[in-house]
Amino acid sequence: MTTHLEFAPLERGMSRTTNRVLLVIGAVGVVAILYRFLFGLGAATNLSNQYPWGVWKAISVAAAVALATGGFTMAALVHVFHRRAYEPLARLALLIGVLGYTFGAASLAVDIGRYYNIWHPAWPTMWQGNSVLFEVAMCIMSYLMILYVEFTPVICERYAGRVALPGGLARWNGAVEALLRAAERLTGRVLSVLLLVGIVLSCMHHSSLGALMLVAPHKMHPFWYTPVLPLLFLLSVLAAGFAVVILVSILTARGAGRRPDLPALSSLSLYVLVFLAVYLVARISDLLIREVHLHLTAGGVEPLWLLIELLPGGLLPLLLLGSARVRNTPALLGWACGLVGFGVLMNRVNVFVVAYRSAYAATRYTPGVFELLTIAGMLAIFTIAFRYAVATLPILPKTAETLSMVSDTADEGAGEPGDAAPEGVRECAHA
Amino acid sequence: MNRRQFLGWGCLGAAAPLAGGRAAASEASGAASDNARGVLVDTTECVGCRKCEWACNREHHLTDEPLESYEDTSVFEQARRMDTAAYTVVNRFDNARNPERPIFMKVQCMHCVKPACVSACLVGALRKQDAGAVTYEGWKCIGCRYCMVACPFEVPAYEYDNALTPLVRKCSLCFERTQREGESPACVAMCPPMALTFGRRSDLLALAREKIAAHPDRYIDHVYGEHEAGGTSWLYLAERSFATLGFPTIGDAPVQELAETIQHSVFKFGLPPLMVLGALGLFMKAFDEAGKDAVRKPAASGEESAV
Repeated sequence: MTTHLEFAPLERGMSRTTNRVLLVIGAVGVVAILYRFLFGLGAATNLSNQYPWGVWKAISVAAAVALATGGFTMAALVHVFHRRAYEPLARLALLIGVLGYTFGAASLAVDIGRYYNIWHPAWPTMWQGNSVLFEVAMCIMSYLMILYVEFTPVICERYAGRVALPGGLARWNGAVEALLRAAERLTGRVLSVLLLVGIVLSCMHHSSLGALMLVAPHKMHPFWYTPVLPLLFLLSVLAAGFAVVILVSILTARGAGRRPDLPALSSLSLYVLVFLAVYLVARISDLLIREVHLHLTAGGVEPLWLLIELLPGGLLPLLLLGSARVRNTPALLGWACGLVGFGVLMNRVNVFVVAYRSAYAATRYTPGVFELLTIAGMLAIFTIAFRYAVATLPILPKTAETLSMVSDTADEGAGEPGDAAPEGVRECAHA
Repeated sequence: MNRRQFLGWGCLGAAAPLAGGRAAASEASGAASDNARGVLVDTTECVGCRKCEWACNREHHLTDEPLESYEDTSVFEQARRMDTAAYTVVNRFDNARNPERPIFMKVQCMHCVKPACVSACLVGALRKQDAGAVTYEGWKCIGCRYCMVACPFEVPAYEYDNALTPLVRKCSLCFERTQREGESPACVAMCPPMALTFGRRSDLLALAREKIAAHPDRYIDHVYGEHEAGGTSWLYLAERSFATLGFPTIGDAPVQELAETIQHSVFKFGLPPLMVLGALGLFMKAFDEAGKDAVRKPAASGEESAV
């Protein structure tokens, strides 16, 4: 049987209350970011000469791109391995990729001291091929562009043929229309190649992100310093990417008062299970082979952080996902996948912050208030952007039938409306 | 070198944990050039007068406090590190053998033979000069602070309080000054008890070895910087172990070696990424044929899609 899958904006918007809460958090974050730009990193962060990297690098950049991996793993699954069953999730995953990587790039601009020079790594006379960070920067920049190109057809599909700019801008309608048509044609031609290039670039920069801290062997705690760090980073994002797609899909369905696409989600969670198992086997055998598990009894904060990363963030979701009941119950599946994401987030925090020890600083780095407010605010802003996007653009499958086509058997998780209110984001979208 | 060959993209994962040990020699930077100059610090000669600090601050326009203010010995009560307003500092260590004569250690950028900061800098703002100095071009810098993560001696300082145009700050071995014939770095030129000697690194090493041979009771048999992190331009002699004098214990290999080895094996001529790209293209075609009629089949075989 063949069904032509169509995507559409949400029929009904999401909770207004949630939007207001997000707006408040976002506004606080904007103030924190303004503070950083006005008064500098010294005023806004707890960074020092001994601890040059903090949570902005660990969470806003490294963890953000790790958790947004669904964009490329889903592209591989649907477009390379042609697992059509997951096509209804493809655009959602792409949106997560677009927003997650934009989040990472924007956060990086907040973190680096000379943000106006952020384009320097792309300038050929300044290329420095020995630098792991150069490779990371180039791959992320190119991949971000590819994500935007991959996303272009979604925008063209929504607006081509019905461009209606407000007021005086209306005279540009024709030009924008032509632009959209041209973009549609152009992206159609290069899309499949770019998809493949995007997958390669993703594998490259995820492993290279893991290679970043290999430059500081004597400053890193042995729990997190291993020559296989690049491989562990790559394996962990394979699990985390799908997990986040599943979690976001369940949350979106909830917010929109829809049924989650349980058959697709629960079979996708098998990929999470397999990749998570592979990652954990690699991670734990690495700890055992290097015999650093002996440090578990050595005291200090590191054993605790390792256990948080590996137990609630690793073995617990592995056990949960191993159960068919969990995989077939949206709420439990959401929690399990959330834990997988949490484990990878904790791993990045551990690698970039907890593991790093200066020989000279009297006290360790702990994040400052402005650092945390910035992260919360950015997260809120990007969540608003996400909600706006699914309400405005054809991201989710079109009709309830498309969803229930295969989900008739699964009643237990039937979409609880949750805090969904009938009117919401969608209105603002059309204002 | 065999490590580099088998660490291709595909088997990066399987092989790396088994490979363990040290990576092959760094590809990025060669050995110390013949012109490379450095400074030998004979810490047994240093009296802790801090005139080198004054000379450095004056040379680089960091502070304009008068020379007399450097006679204040209360600064020794706490261990100090370099910062944006001091590219070199002297620390005092108690001397159990001779309490009258504490040990003073001048610290600054070590100007590594194979600098990790230069390897780390993604825009080439940091550069290793043939003359030995590791120099910095601020206009290229994006302020990522990866050089600070990479430096095994925790030297580079950052202008965190500058909101608009912050720079990385560190000793430049007075690169411009020493380009002129006969000039030595400001700190060396100022040093009254001749604890500092400026010259060719190879000559300084020979001198250090001579001193140790001549006075085996005065020095431990260790020239700090001869091999540390692949060797440094600044070399130190001391009467007791450097670990007790605030100097890090670092292996002989440049710290960036492992990262560079992985980097260069994965991107050798861009071949591994291209191979993955080709394989993906083939998969794309093969699965397209196979998957045409397979719709909504529960995918139980997760490992198939491993990239």
